[in-house]
Amino acid sequence: MTGRLHPDRHADLLVIGGGIHGCSAALHAAIRGMSVIVLEKDSVGRHASGVNAGGVRRLGRNYAEVPISDYSMQIWYRIADFLDDDCGFQIAPQIKVAESDKELETLARRAADLNAMGFTHEVILSRDELRAHLPAVSDHAVGGLGSLTDGFAQPYKTTFAFQRKAQSHGVRFHEGCGATEVRRKGDWIVDTAEGTFRAPHLLNAAGAWAGALAERLGERAPVEGIAPMMLVTNRLPHFCDAVVGATRRPLSFKQMPNGTVVIGGGRRGRADANANLSEILFRELRLTAETACDLFPIMRGANIIRSWSGVEARMPDDIPVIGPSARHEGLFHAFGFSAHGFQMGPGVGDIMAGLIATGGTNAPIAPFSIQRFAA
Amino acid sequence: MKTYDLVVIGAGPAGLAAATEAAKAGLSVALLDEQTAPGGQIYRGIETAGAHRTAILGKDYAEGRDLAASFRASGADYMPGALVWNIGTDRVVEYSGNGSSHRIGSKAILSATGALERPMPIPGWTLPGVTTAGALQILLKAAGIVQEDALIVGSGPLLWLLAAQMVDAGCPPRAVVENLPKGRMTAAARHLARAMRAREYLVKGVLLMRKVRAAGVPVHRHATELAIEGETSATALTFMARGKAHRIESASIALHQGVVPNQQVTRLMRADHVWDASQHCFRPKLDGSGQTSVPGLYVAGDGAGIGGARAAAMQGRLVALAIAGKQDERASRLSAALAREGAVRPLLETLYAPAPEVLAPADTTIVCRCEEITAGTVRRTVDLGAPGPNQIKSMLRTGMGPCQGRVCGLAVAAIIAARKGEDPQVTDYYRIRPPLKPIPLLELASFGDMAAE
Amino acid sequence: MPRRIDPEGKSIGFTFEGRPVAAREGDSVAAALTAAGLRDLRDSAVSGSPRGIFCMMGACFDCLVEIDGIPNRQACMIPVTEGLAVRRQRGAVEVRI
Repeated sequence: MTGRLHPDRHADLLVIGGGIHGCSAALHAAIRGMSVIVLEKDSVGRHASGVNAGGVRRLGRNYAEVPISDYSMQIWYRIADFLDDDCGFQIAPQIKVAESDKELETLARRAADLNAMGFTHEVILSRDELRAHLPAVSDHAVGGLGSLTDGFAQPYKTTFAFQRKAQSHGVRFHEGCGATEVRRKGDWIVDTAEGTFRAPHLLNAAGAWAGALAERLGERAPVEGIAPMMLVTNRLPHFCDAVVGATRRPLSFKQMPNGTVVIGGGRRGRADANANLSEILFRELRLTAETACDLFPIMRGANIIRSWSGVEARMPDDIPVIGPSARHEGLFHAFGFSAHGFQMGPGVGDIMAGLIATGGTNAPIAPFSIQRFAA
Repeated sequence: MKTYDLVVIGAGPAGLAAATEAAKAGLSVALLDEQTAPGGQIYRGIETAGAHRTAILGKDYAEGRDLAASFRASGADYMPGALVWNIGTDRVVEYSGNGSSHRIGSKAILSATGALERPMPIPGWTLPGVTTAGALQILLKAAGIVQEDALIVGSGPLLWLLAAQMVDAGCPPRAVVENLPKGRMTAAARHLARAMRAREYLVKGVLLMRKVRAAGVPVHRHATELAIEGETSATALTFMARGKAHRIESASIALHQGVVPNQQVTRLMRADHVWDASQHCFRPKLDGSGQTSVPGLYVAGDGAGIGGARAAAMQGRLVALAIAGKQDERASRLSAALAREGAVRPLLETLYAPAPEVLAPADTTIVCRCEEITAGTVRRTVDLGAPGPNQIKSMLRTGMGPCQGRVCGLAVAAIIAARKGEDPQVTDYYRIRPPLKPIPLLELASFGDMAAE
Repeated sequence: MPRRIDPEGKSIGFTFEGRPVAAREGDSVAAALTAAGLRDLRDSAVSGSPRGIFCMMGACFDCLVEIDGIPNRQACMIPVTEGLAVRRQRGAVEVRI
């Protein structure tokens, strides 16, 4: 590429990927005074950020993620003021149901571990306490583990709100604008169909497509494209205030304020990141339906209205890549959230912006270094 | 799991003809249809309607009898009461029947799911007593029920056919209120020469209108500002015509604004669709053999673009012959006949293009009946920056109710396109997600047991 | 008012909101209710406004009723059988606990 630099295509920071992480980092960087351009190959919130189950959950996270998740939670509590949009966020208990005494023991060990780390948000619920939160739970449930001030939000509404707030801070979004070539020549230079963009800092927040980008820049990042699946039912009478998971079986279950129940958690469809496609596999989703009917007998009268899935990035160890490149100056990564990144979006965006603006962070992000995959 | 050479979805003229033809050509064929008897909507009740009902419904309707009879004798596996709710990229068809779900494999799939009535969002259109014109006709075909003193409102060939059938049934409508803008006749006239190749349709249309008028049915033309009054059910229609405000009382108001392809199956399978500016709707992009951009997925009948029942049957036969690899002389004869059938379409499409008022409902008018979302709410969300139908859906739940966007889809897409000043092809349409229609959660929970195959 | 044009047909009895309704063999639940002059079949799920039949071909889901205790049944897609107990579907409450 030659020719004069287009002033609209030059910024302090280029973000590749318009999901919640890209949008949040862009907003936080703009608040810190940086000029930011976001390049999104489809439309903002098109994939995992717009179509996940919307859980705002600290409960049950990998121990390494707990401090960052807890930090992010503090932003969620003031999200409506922060983004001028309520994002459909509601504080609600997140509860893992134990279906046997053995499962309850597993949960109790986890609560004790977290206590030892200094985190007290996860508490063991007795049989009666469980029923106080979940009156409709099946008789066989023996107790649970709860994080009582977690919550849920509307994924697309939230990602869209981050985008709009970022725009109000001057962030420029280019949608339908995929990066065809990325290289470093002093600044980072990104070619797209709309022209060449340039900035001293580059954030790779490209989700399921981030691995290919990292590898193109010589950093190994074994991202697997996966397709988590969700079901939504018709409106049911209000029976559940909490977001519910199971201990041994994959499940994420919640009733929305409008009465519909969103059921997901773990079962995967067919993902084809190259083709931008995901496909629902009902022979897998069958198990999700079965779990929901087992835990909540009321669900035996519900109808499935819709299902959906989106392409999400999974790392082999199920925790994300967060932090600076191990190889290039000015390159940063935030991807591979392995189907539980939505809640972390607000906090990780802030951490990344701080890291990019100042070169350092106090956040404990060492476990998420891309270096862990270096050959 | 049983695998068929061809799985046909829908037992209207296209599906019946295709299944019959394919079975005759030696293919293994299954025809799945949600209704309990063959005929689709156009030939609804064709095997059970008695002489009296058939006489009222007319000779075009009676043509369905041979189609149904030939299909019954064809040897194709017929699965009535089968609700197809998903089709995988591997062309495995998942369907519900008799309270449980099943799956069958296919080498080729023919979507013959026909048409839906174009949404006609006007104030009060959700009140009980307001139906589509098609609904009144289905009541007549399937149950021999006619509404007395009904108002027939909107435009399109079906409007006049229904009015004439009601006259013949001894229950003429209280009035026909047509909402075509002035000047449509003149605009359509340039297609007259071509339409004369299929002049029997023109003659039929004129005779239907004449019959309705001869029965003394008041006809109001160029009506605008249509609205329905009523608290708990429809009581009257109000509108402007010839510079005057009108109010006609009726407890049964039937709306019609033409028919459009049912895109649910082809959208589910992510076939490419094109905006048909003449028909004001999306239709799947097809090759010469009726195949979509998804290999092995074919479309015939109104689902491929509105062409009517006779054209649908011809297309069905042609697609079956193509799948069976029999591109013989008979196929060329059918193609020629099909082209002749289509000669009348440009005239009809110009004459009966949807009224501008219907494409631009007032801000306070509900467009998504399931979630009760108004046109104004859609417009405000577009102004906020939501780029297209799928983001509007995520924000507002339009098209997320049980009808899955069947009723509101084109209306919402048109509102977005108009607000953004965009070509509808760019605006595009909802992504359609399985299940195609709601199924019980419990049915899915036990689905795997029999899917062990 | 609705009128039947066929001179005769086999009669079938069912109930709507506990009251007896006469249907003819071959009627869908929606057709039989329409013939009996019954139009208000449910409350809409969001605002609770009355709804009745609309498309009669299974596309619009406006004619949802409760049949023999099971809610969300499409009245236009289900044939009447002797003794069927049909109820109006009320409000957003689409399932009974």
